[in-house]
Amino acid sequence: MRFMTSDAAGEVPVILARDICKRFAALQVLKSVSLSIDKGDVVAVIGPSGSGKSTLLRCLNHLETVDSGEVVIEGETLVSTDVAGVCHYAAEAELRRICRKMGMVFQQFNLFPHLSVLQNIIEAPITVKGLSRAEAVPQAEELLRKVGLLDKRDSYPARLSGGQKQRVAIARALAMQPDIMLFDEPTSALDPELTGEVLRSMRQLADERMTMLVVTHEMAFAREVSTRVVFMDDGEIVETGSPDEVFVCPQHPRTRAFLEHML
Amino acid sequence: MNYLIEILGPLLAGTAVTLQVFLLTLLLAAPLGLALALLRVSHFRVASGIVNGYIWLMRGTPLMLQMLFIYFALPFVPLIGVRLPDFPAAIVAFVLNYAAYFAEIFRAGIQSIERGQYEAARVLGLGYGQTMRRIVLPQVIKRILPPMSNETITLVKDTSLIYVLAMNDLLRAARGIVQRDFTTMPFVVAAAFYLIMTLVLTWGFNYLERRHAVYDE
Repeated sequence: MRFMTSDAAGEVPVILARDICKRFAALQVLKSVSLSIDKGDVVAVIGPSGSGKSTLLRCLNHLETVDSGEVVIEGETLVSTDVAGVCHYAAEAELRRICRKMGMVFQQFNLFPHLSVLQNIIEAPITVKGLSRAEAVPQAEELLRKVGLLDKRDSYPARLSGGQKQRVAIARALAMQPDIMLFDEPTSALDPELTGEVLRSMRQLADERMTMLVVTHEMAFAREVSTRVVFMDDGEIVETGSPDEVFVCPQHPRTRAFLEHML
Repeated sequence: MNYLIEILGPLLAGTAVTLQVFLLTLLLAAPLGLALALLRVSHFRVASGIVNGYIWLMRGTPLMLQMLFIYFALPFVPLIGVRLPDFPAAIVAFVLNYAAYFAEIFRAGIQSIERGQYEAARVLGLGYGQTMRRIVLPQVIKRILPPMSNETITLVKDTSLIYVLAMNDLLRAARGIVQRDFTTMPFVVAAAFYLIMTLVLTWGFNYLERRHAVYDE
């Protein structure tokens, strides 16, 4: 889907979300949220707990279904809403194909406990992509080397520290060669002294120009690594801008209040 | 001592019957129970409801009644009526009954797997079948070993119910000798045989639990 005429903006956004609305029972979690992410962007989504950050992320890769709005991934429509307000998702096979462009890292790691580190990483390449073991293993070892855990290839997840688990989770997501990486509070379940190693792997990924969307409470990471910061509060995007714009001179009082509280 | 050797023959023959019923039931009821459990947790409301009703029926009536029904009453049921010989009738009753209990164990196991496991599998592109086969069920097996061990040991002893179809299992063989010779010795021997069988099972399940424990600490 790269044949669109190149306009001023150049390429199609990697992620385009328009007017996403989502409610859980009586609670309106997302109130018409729109977001556009270009290739190579590292977008940090910050905001208080319960502001809808994680839900937004989960709506992008169909872990949650939206009530209305539009999600387009690399020019391919995941979900759209017609004029009557009815939501249309792509067919199941299509959905899976589109969502496979996005890797995801969870707050709780969600490694497969019955599989070794190496098996965790090669599982999807073999089962989903149909790679042979001989093809999948060297690739997995390369990824483990990258996150500094090659020596743990035969360990089970229960033997790893939180930071190691999360780095394996990153390697596992990368093994499917996604174009986009979604991070859902990747360091929130970690002891403070273990966040550094995970953030280092993420920074390395950002340096390689991976498109990343990171929901995080790590203000230092948002400030130093991201190309753009999105501040969410109460189901809305309140403010968005470069890290300097948002952190140095936040425009909105709610952003200011949040940052004062955090820093 | 001579008497002991003399009664050993019929008791061993009875043990063979007991073991046949036990093994056949286990081999057939476990996969059937798994299939029922998968239907029960599926999103097909109708199938899930039917399985629910089935489990209620099978757990809600005595196994002995079910066996008597299949042997004596089934031939007179219109359309599906067949007359089964005693051994197949017993096996069918045991399998149908135990599958219901196994299904509940499997269901509890499947539902105990965290949501995050399904989500992780999904974002990696695994479909429902792949997720069940590769991610969920291998973890379920580990978690259901203790209740399965319980149920399997119960099964060994439940096999004695087949005496109602006049089959010579271990207990009926023992009782026959007791009534013939006016000695309780055969009962003691039968008890020892049951204990040996359950001991082997206990060891087997302990071994499986140890083998599956490698991945947690």
